[in-house]
Amino acid sequence: MDETLLRSLTPSVLGILVRRGIDFAAAEDAVQDALVEAVRVWPADPPRDPKGWLTTVAWRRFLDAARADAARRRREDLVEDEPAPGPAPTGDDTLQLYFLCAHPSLTPSSAVALTLRVVGGLTTRQIAHAYLVPEATMAQRISRAKRTVSGLRFDRPGDVATVLRVLYLVFNEGYSGAVDLAAEAIRLTRQLAAAIDHPEVAGLLALMLLHHARRAARTAPDGSLVPLAEQDRSRWDTRSIAEGVEILQAALARDQLGEFQAQAAIAALHADAPTAAETDWVQIVEWYDELARLTGNPVVRLNRAVAVGEADGPRAGLTALAAVDDALPRYTAVAAYLRERDGDLATAARLYAEAARQAPNLAERDHLTRQAARLNTLGRH
Amino acid sequence: MAKYLLLKHYRGAPATVNDVPMDQWTPAEISAHMQYMRDFATRLEGTGEFVDGQALAPEGAWVRYDGEGRPPVTDGPFAETKDLIAGWMVIDVDSHDRAVELAGELSAAPGAGGKPIHEWLELRPFLSEPPTITE
Repeated sequence: MDETLLRSLTPSVLGILVRRGIDFAAAEDAVQDALVEAVRVWPADPPRDPKGWLTTVAWRRFLDAARADAARRRREDLVEDEPAPGPAPTGDDTLQLYFLCAHPSLTPSSAVALTLRVVGGLTTRQIAHAYLVPEATMAQRISRAKRTVSGLRFDRPGDVATVLRVLYLVFNEGYSGAVDLAAEAIRLTRQLAAAIDHPEVAGLLALMLLHHARRAARTAPDGSLVPLAEQDRSRWDTRSIAEGVEILQAALARDQLGEFQAQAAIAALHADAPTAAETDWVQIVEWYDELARLTGNPVVRLNRAVAVGEADGPRAGLTALAAVDDALPRYTAVAAYLRERDGDLATAARLYAEAARQAPNLAERDHLTRQAARLNTLGRH
Repeated sequence: MAKYLLLKHYRGAPATVNDVPMDQWTPAEISAHMQYMRDFATRLEGTGEFVDGQALAPEGAWVRYDGEGRPPVTDGPFAETKDLIAGWMVIDVDSHDRAVELAGELSAAPGAGGKPIHEWLELRPFLSEPPTITE
């Protein structure tokens, strides 16, 4: 039984059913029934056309359920009028499902949960585990989200930017729990890129691949964070990097720059450097300027200050930092780093300790505390 | 079985014996401490006594209702003098003695100079469900 195949077929089968006019929640139930049936039947009797098989079975399950429901819901007429199941365009159906699950009427957490459930085909239990909430809580979140989008029709094109934001959120959640959310986000973005030709979709996919490539090098065996400059680059996944760079180059060649392409370009410049010392920081600063222009996001200016510090020296970095809002998360950590590079170890140690108190997660707190400890230990010798 | 909460404090607990802030330890001492904490949680998972563990940021605020149609009142960040919880571990054990034993082990985590911190941990029993048989 090929679970990956089943999961990859789910969204387009669901999309076909919804396009035929079935209520979203009912379509989802029917597809779930079909998947259960597939798990039972396929091992002994694999179908020649798995997607057609699933569509037919899901459609029949829906008809059964609708007929059983007919007296109450008066669905019979609708059912009889529906066309018989048959082949339907793949890309569009999948794409509509992405739009539906990332619909602006959903909160970000609902859109994320619904996308993983419906497009990703993960179980509610898996999603609950990944986000560290009780299964009942996640079930409720998903069912509310389904109700919210149930009334929506598939006739208007969605905004791909909303879908990209949801996929970015899934990727950025990291690696907690049994489900690898980053890998799942890559799979879903890859599937989206196959359904729609859009440079920012390609940009996001490239960005994910380039970051995912560094995964093995990002944490030490004891779980502590390893900063980019200290990572063992031989442990970076060169295949993932090559794929990311290729996708990015094709996207950039279309000359419709967007924030994900710009972020991916920065990641590609890091990936391209054989050693940290050989990083092309001048070009990275230029990409941060581009990003700031595209997004106006103050966090970009904070990251830019780090890049300026590498390109033009820590004094220039500190000057760039002075223009950034000091209330931003990680501002103090950046200040500490630049002070250390500038040779002011006592100030840097104090700032690292302060940054540790403000850290948004344990891994960063531990890392920053270690940095403070390292400098304080140096100071005692 | 009985559940207990082990509370760790940033501030407000009695002074510890080995009272040196972590940023004054050596990096190796920090690593040893982290390893001890991880091993402790892993061991409790192994014995079937671990329920949950979480850490809290030092920043936060007091919040209260301020009447119909008004936004809640907030007071914070916390003043330096306040009792401040740093995190917790929930354990499910057979006896109070076992809970005390485990809290003692957790408090022995190594700190500066590789010596135990002797940190005071607050041990609080959960109020449980009423038993089925009452007479």
